[in-house]
Amino acid sequence: MIRVVLPTHLRTLAGVDGEVTLDVDGHPTQRTVLDALEASYPTLRGTIRDHGTAKRRDFIRFFACGQDVTLESPDVPLPEEVASGREAFRVVAAMAGG
Amino acid sequence: MSEVRLLVGTRKGAFVLTSDGKRDDWSVEGPLFAGWEMYHLKASPADPNRMYASQSTGWHGQVVQRSDDGGKTWEPVGNELTYDGVPGTHQWYDGTQHPWEFARIWHLEPSLDDPDTVYAGVEDAALFRSTDGGQHWQELSGLRGHESGENWQPGAGGLCLHTILINPDDPNRIVVAISAAGAFRTEDGGETWRPINKGLRSRELPDEEREVGHCVHRIAMNPSRPDTLFMQKHWHVMRSDDAGDSWQKVSGNLPSDFGFPIAVHPHEPETVYVVPIESDSEHVPPEGKLRVYRSRSGGNEWEALTNGLPQEHCYVNVLRDAMDVDDLDPGGVYFGTTGGQVYASPDGGDTWTAIVHDLPSVLSVEAQTLQ
Repeated sequence: MIRVVLPTHLRTLAGVDGEVTLDVDGHPTQRTVLDALEASYPTLRGTIRDHGTAKRRDFIRFFACGQDVTLESPDVPLPEEVASGREAFRVVAAMAGG
Repeated sequence: MSEVRLLVGTRKGAFVLTSDGKRDDWSVEGPLFAGWEMYHLKASPADPNRMYASQSTGWHGQVVQRSDDGGKTWEPVGNELTYDGVPGTHQWYDGTQHPWEFARIWHLEPSLDDPDTVYAGVEDAALFRSTDGGQHWQELSGLRGHESGENWQPGAGGLCLHTILINPDDPNRIVVAISAAGAFRTEDGGETWRPINKGLRSRELPDEEREVGHCVHRIAMNPSRPDTLFMQKHWHVMRSDDAGDSWQKVSGNLPSDFGFPIAVHPHEPETVYVVPIESDSEHVPPEGKLRVYRSRSGGNEWEALTNGLPQEHCYVNVLRDAMDVDDLDPGGVYFGTTGGQVYASPDGGDTWTAIVHDLPSVLSVEAQTLQ
């Protein structure tokens, strides 16, 4: 079970209050976690990654275990603590004012 | 009992202001979609309970919301608006070529007779259509594919398609306007388009009378006379009586003919409203006085409407989609400001009252009349 923390606007859009939990086959990566997230919550499609290209939107960052993993390849395995559910995978709206 | 609903889009959410037909006592609901930029909300003329809303942020991009119960509840629908084929490039501010990039929906225009059909005008400029209530969107790419497309350039607010006027006598005849490309018209439901900018002059262009490149801010029409169009251009208020084939300047005695919105009275097709703004470099009302100007002669002769509007120290702007009229008699006129006020006039502009004073900066105002 993977735990995912979403930024406020996406929690509202997805209609969830706290963390989201997902089942992901195999060792999770950014790509497989986001695929599972979008499959469970289709309204999030296009709000984290672009339609079609699956490119991360500019003002989105990904944190795991206190580390910024935004710029890592989406196919790099996420830390074991995220895979085991001890730590959450965090989708963060970048600090950009406004 | 008649009722008016104002659908107000702001930089930080949407608000619904409701009154009975007297229009002197308003209830305020909101914010809906708090914290999101709500560029535009509009109800279907064919089903007053069907509404569409454009919701976006720089962080999370575009979301389209739909309501089937008059705005009580909303659900996100399709947000995949993908340009047809290889998007190509358009002209950037400095004249270099720049890739076509989707930013947001500026304006949603529901079909006049089918609640499931809705058009979306977007930045970078293109027209999309959904025929399944917003679930799926297709670009009407004959517009962006017009031979002039690579010469279109953004205005200060972006390369946005902000005006969509469907001819009630022939829904295949649609006029759109793009800042800063100009106005275009289709006769075949959006397959093919041609520029309709003859008579426009823009000193920001090297050739002032060029076929495209004009910064059209807004076009309005009265549905009873769909071939008569009124345009607020960057500078100049213009009029056409041949569906845009030719335009004449009707700025007349306006204190400034720079501005953004323009509206036509619901029952008097020669009565037109504009909000003059000092200049393109200042974006504030002349002399700090917020004045709507009304012409009852289709332009050229204008009178200032000031009763109830601030006449000193006022430096708000009124954006292009932030003015509308209702369908009641006497006709009501409404506008919202970048300072968060929404003003209502139930008597065609003679008197004004602020319904609310302190909303977030207002992006759009749509008046929905419920009979």
